Amino acid sequence: MTIPTHRFEALVVGGGGAGLYAALTLSREGIPTAVLSKLYPTRSHTGAAQGGIGAALGNTEEDHPEWHMYDTVKGSDYLADQDAVEILCREAIETVYELEHLGLPFNRTPEGKIDQRRFGGHTREQGKAPVRRACYAADRTGHMILQTLYQQCIRRQVRFFDEFHVLDLVLEEGSGGRRCAGVVAMDLASGELHLFHAQAVLFATGGSGRMFQVTSNAHALTGDGMAVAFRRGIPLEDMEFFQFHPTGIYKMGILLSEACRGEGGVLRNALQERFMERVAPTIKDLAPRDMVSRAIYQEIRQGRGIGGKDYVHLDLTHLGQETLEKKLPDIADFVRTYMGLDPARDLIPVQPTAHYSMGGIPTNVDGEVMQDEKDTPLPGFYAAGECACVSVHGANRLGTNSLVDILVFGRRSGMTMSRYIRHSGWPSLPSQGLDWAQALLERLRNAQGKEKAATLRRELQQEMMESCGVFRREQSLSLLLKKLEVWEGRFLEIGLQDRSRRFNTELLEAIELQNLLVLARVTVASALARTESRGAHAREDYPKRDDENWLKHTLAAGENGKVVLKYKLVVITKFQPQERKY
Amino acid sequence: MKIKLQIKRFNPEKDRAPWWGKYEVDVEPNDRLLDALHEVKWRQDGTLAFRRSCAHGVCGSDAMKINGRNRLACKELVRNLSRTIVVEPLMGFRVLKDLIVDMEPFFKKYRQIHPYLVNEDPEEPGRERLQTPAERSRFEDTTKCILCAACTTACPSFWTNPDYVGPASIVQAHRFIFDSRDRAGAERLHILNESEGVWRCRTVFNCAEACPRGIDVPKAIAEVKRALVFKKI
Repeated sequence: MTIPTHRFEALVVGGGGAGLYAALTLSREGIPTAVLSKLYPTRSHTGAAQGGIGAALGNTEEDHPEWHMYDTVKGSDYLADQDAVEILCREAIETVYELEHLGLPFNRTPEGKIDQRRFGGHTREQGKAPVRRACYAADRTGHMILQTLYQQCIRRQVRFFDEFHVLDLVLEEGSGGRRCAGVVAMDLASGELHLFHAQAVLFATGGSGRMFQVTSNAHALTGDGMAVAFRRGIPLEDMEFFQFHPTGIYKMGILLSEACRGEGGVLRNALQERFMERVAPTIKDLAPRDMVSRAIYQEIRQGRGIGGKDYVHLDLTHLGQETLEKKLPDIADFVRTYMGLDPARDLIPVQPTAHYSMGGIPTNVDGEVMQDEKDTPLPGFYAAGECACVSVHGANRLGTNSLVDILVFGRRSGMTMSRYIRHSGWPSLPSQGLDWAQALLERLRNAQGKEKAATLRRELQQEMMESCGVFRREQSLSLLLKKLEVWEGRFLEIGLQDRSRRFNTELLEAIELQNLLVLARVTVASALARTESRGAHAREDYPKRDDENWLKHTLAAGENGKVVLKYKLVVITKFQPQERKY
Repeated sequence: MKIKLQIKRFNPEKDRAPWWGKYEVDVEPNDRLLDALHEVKWRQDGTLAFRRSCAHGVCGSDAMKINGRNRLACKELVRNLSRTIVVEPLMGFRVLKDLIVDMEPFFKKYRQIHPYLVNEDPEEPGRERLQTPAERSRFEDTTKCILCAACTTACPSFWTNPDYVGPASIVQAHRFIFDSRDRAGAERLHILNESEGVWRCRTVFNCAEACPRGIDVPKAIAEVKRALVFKKI
């Protein structure tokens, strides 16, 4: 059987904001570029981002990139690399203007400038008061970014391979080391394998929130790119840091943007108390997400959840109909549709929802993937967006900074790739490049075991939520690690009912589950080892941050079926670690 | 609660004709129809195929015909539907498998109307092009489109003439034609003035009812028609 083979100088895997910005940048540089996406690109999860893009434009009040940088570093619990954060906050500004020029319909001030609003953890003069920094388009900022970038990619005739699922990375093993030569992907419509030969490959494959039971993440977010890279010997950085967004719709996990609180909404417990006043006296409900999520659980544990249950209320009743309709229209619609409540009159039941992976494939500020703790790049391989870890978010990401990240580093990756492609020449395709993917499909297509992927996934999601969620402790993490081994064994015993080739989504879900299992193991192993509490990683048995031993990034690599942990130093330039108070 | 699902099934690899799959599932009243479809797929019949991703009405993957109306499966709660729910693929595009239709013709129509901002005026780096809130409000409604195809596949003019650009493409064209920053409105209007363009719309208004984003599609189409008649944007 011959395998269809495609050749593009640049190949982008993932059609969200980071991938599309990179593809647009590459095509503007005249580089023939293809984008592979397991969905239609406009279905990517960037489109679900609501609140805004943080950039110190200073359009409505004084603001500076240095203030943004300080907030990001402090928000990260000092684990972010400060050289990268500086670039993030500086280039955020030109990136927002570029997006506006590309057509993004931002909300405007009366004078016609891009309007800005408040968001969690973003302050003036290093923590004095909240600042209006988030540039937004109603509560559909991500949708507008995704649309705008897709539109411009169409204009530039970027080649799209829609509904292609990446299975493997193809590496050329030369005398001078490894080099990326392309990817193997499955065309979902036909079930066929395709080989993509490229000079440079970018992974912009998004997050892995589907390893948790309650999540804001789309079904598609199964960490495919991270898992593929990990299997090919790339370590994953800081995977123990997973953000829980404080305000997910109770039980469903659907995100209610931090913009709700940016516009003045507040959280209340069963006693109607605004409990964030106690936790963060200065910025209250606009404290960073890790702190708010923990505060919600503390209220629940102390019996002040609503009706004694595991949720609290988000109160938007005082915002007024006009603010709701003009600035939070989709949120208002979600609340009406999924809860049957009217946000202008009713309190909204919320609970923390698994939201964002701070960790991922380690890269430098140019998007180049680092394959070890000595920062050795893997030539031709790049990563950007949620699947990557630059690291600009450290132990806890600030609201709006995910969009800043995908845009700034998507664009930078595109630039780096175009420079690399101009002199790199073509890597050769190794003859065994398809073997792993072929064997996987062969095995799963004939899998007749008694286990069901859906059952295993449900168990994984429940246990991850329970033992590796907002709070963690040694005993339950160790137990979870053992269970993960058992599940990986059970995965080999699964059976599929669908034997057809076309749109075999049962097969796809099995492949996705395999990726989630790998990433869960890396996450739990990294979390178990880190005996401190920092940002989103809260260890009840080690409640304090421990800079002496743990001011370092985790690098988890797979060696002979085991997760081996190494560490590398954090880059600290302007801001020395301090106690984090708000 | 127990509900019944009747799902139109068709896998061209093995079926000679479409058939009705009948399932009974146990769901919560607050569950989405998408959750009910997952119940079928995950517990009863793994071969059932449908597209979905975000599961809260913003990605546009899971538009389908639900009790005869085009809806997103993730925006319909089962408590608001009948005890027996009939689910079919969107009409007018080739069925690839079960509820999955061929979206290529839809995106081709979308690309026809130049769905991107065109403005070659020199930009001032380091600042935005100004646009007042009033100017922005002229096209805000049509920026909400998620390209789910619910409107186009609800349109009788499209059913009878598959070459008609369809309401979704007109909505997308509207988003740029009425954007004060865009300079290619005339070109788009020219495209929509052709025989497969906006005049195929017979104001049946199915599109208005179908849009899961609440876009006033007939209004957008009327504004495009008016711009053509009065030669003024």
